[in-house]
Amino acid sequence: MNEAQNGNPSSANAVEVRGLKRRFGRQRVLDGVDLDCPSGQITTIVGPSGEGKTVLLKHINLLLRPDAGTITIEGTEVTRLGALALNAVREKFGMLFQAGALFDSMSVFENVAFPLVEKTNLTIQEIEQRVHETLDAVGLKGMDSKFPSEISGGMQKRVALARALVRKPRILMLDEPTTGLDPTRTGAIHELIRNTQKNFGLSAVMVSHDVPAVFEISDRIAFIKQGKIRLAGTPAEVLGANDEVFDRFLKGRASGEDAEQAAMA
Amino acid sequence: MNIAETIERLGALILERVFALGGFLLFLLNALFYAVLPPYKPRLIIRQVRQIGADSMFLIILIAAFTGMVLGLQGYKTLSLFGSEGALGILVALALVRELGPVLAALMITARAGSAMAAELGSMQATEQIDALTVMAVNPVQYLVSPRIIAGIIAFPLLTVIFDVVGIIGGYLVGVGLMGAPAGPYFNGIKANMGSHDIASSLYKALVFGVVVMWVCCYKGYNAQRMATGVSRATTEAVVLSSVLILAWDYVLTSILL
Repeated sequence: MNEAQNGNPSSANAVEVRGLKRRFGRQRVLDGVDLDCPSGQITTIVGPSGEGKTVLLKHINLLLRPDAGTITIEGTEVTRLGALALNAVREKFGMLFQAGALFDSMSVFENVAFPLVEKTNLTIQEIEQRVHETLDAVGLKGMDSKFPSEISGGMQKRVALARALVRKPRILMLDEPTTGLDPTRTGAIHELIRNTQKNFGLSAVMVSHDVPAVFEISDRIAFIKQGKIRLAGTPAEVLGANDEVFDRFLKGRASGEDAEQAAMA
Repeated sequence: MNIAETIERLGALILERVFALGGFLLFLLNALFYAVLPPYKPRLIIRQVRQIGADSMFLIILIAAFTGMVLGLQGYKTLSLFGSEGALGILVALALVRELGPVLAALMITARAGSAMAAELGSMQATEQIDALTVMAVNPVQYLVSPRIIAGIIAFPLLTVIFDVVGIIGGYLVGVGLMGAPAGPYFNGIKANMGSHDIASSLYKALVFGVVVMWVCCYKGYNAQRMATGVSRATTEAVVLSSVLILAWDYVLTSILL
């Protein structure tokens, strides 16, 4: 699908991770992660639960600080930045949390408008216009005054995506965007992510357990195992790599077995 | 070997507690620091004053009325033994203003608003809403905690004053209206014997309790563990620790102010 881009791996990376290490107490969760997320592409991190997928994403979106290693976001090395400089980097990305993380004390409109109200000097009319544009883009209309508790899980994801997109970020980060959705809705959200990424010209970093469905919308796959990236490349490359552990992980998922068990066996 | 292990564990435990205490203190300093740092959000403070103050008012009035009434009843019974029913007013007023007003008001606000606050922040933590603020480059302490602490500083003294006044009226209704203590000396006694020092100490206490309760409830909620029992545990701990600290600080403040 993206032959030209994939054929040129030296093109600028939106996110570059080098030798990232992090431990919690005695548990070594990340043990030297190297990862490239090329600009304008969707990079998906897959792997069994508890292998550090979400922890890795939380380092990339600057919620956690690493013990060692570097993270470069659009050319800026961020691991040693102070709080103010970090906030400047944060302006570049939008984040979709696993459960949406919508503010449940606010309506749909207020949720999507929140980043604009807090961080920009737009007028009320401009904010209203931007919010409605973005809600349209994720396929939601006439929901402004509903509260998160009043709409379905799939709609919550869409609202959360709209909130992540409303400031027109350059990088979109998604933490298991399809958790808790049925297969039909999962497909719809995947399609939405793909289309949004194209239409907004975004770079996207996604963590997903939805293999192999997620391969269809990903430009690159990174397989994380035991705190390291074991396998990375285009979906076709990783599928054809004949990696024993990866294949076992895939099989475990496809046959509905407990993936951790399958991958650890 | 065994002894060394025991000492190691003891040391680890003490270190953990010291770090936790340090974190607790830094949390307040952080919140106060961000309270004076722009951008200022009066809207957030006003909303919190409403939640802590206005929404607790009915409960405060109710509790204050019954407290004053029971003081009127007990005071009258005891004073009448010595034929000094005239001192009922000052007895009720001093008891309320110096001790019961600030302490009971603080305990009631903890039960009503403090617990709700810990639960709200706890569930925000559990559902990653606090992380979402951070990722959107909005400082969560400045957005969530600082307005609550400022609102506590505003609301606690106001509610305490209401508690004192309603309590004194409640004492009057029962002591004078029902039991038949002399009406004139009730208020005259208060006027003659209560100084501005008494009222000031009531307000100082309310101020300190306001900070302590908001601090504890926000800290417990903000640091709730991300699991099903995390929020309920945070709420319980917030209410228990707030209540203990209110009474402990009351002793400290009384010994200083008296």
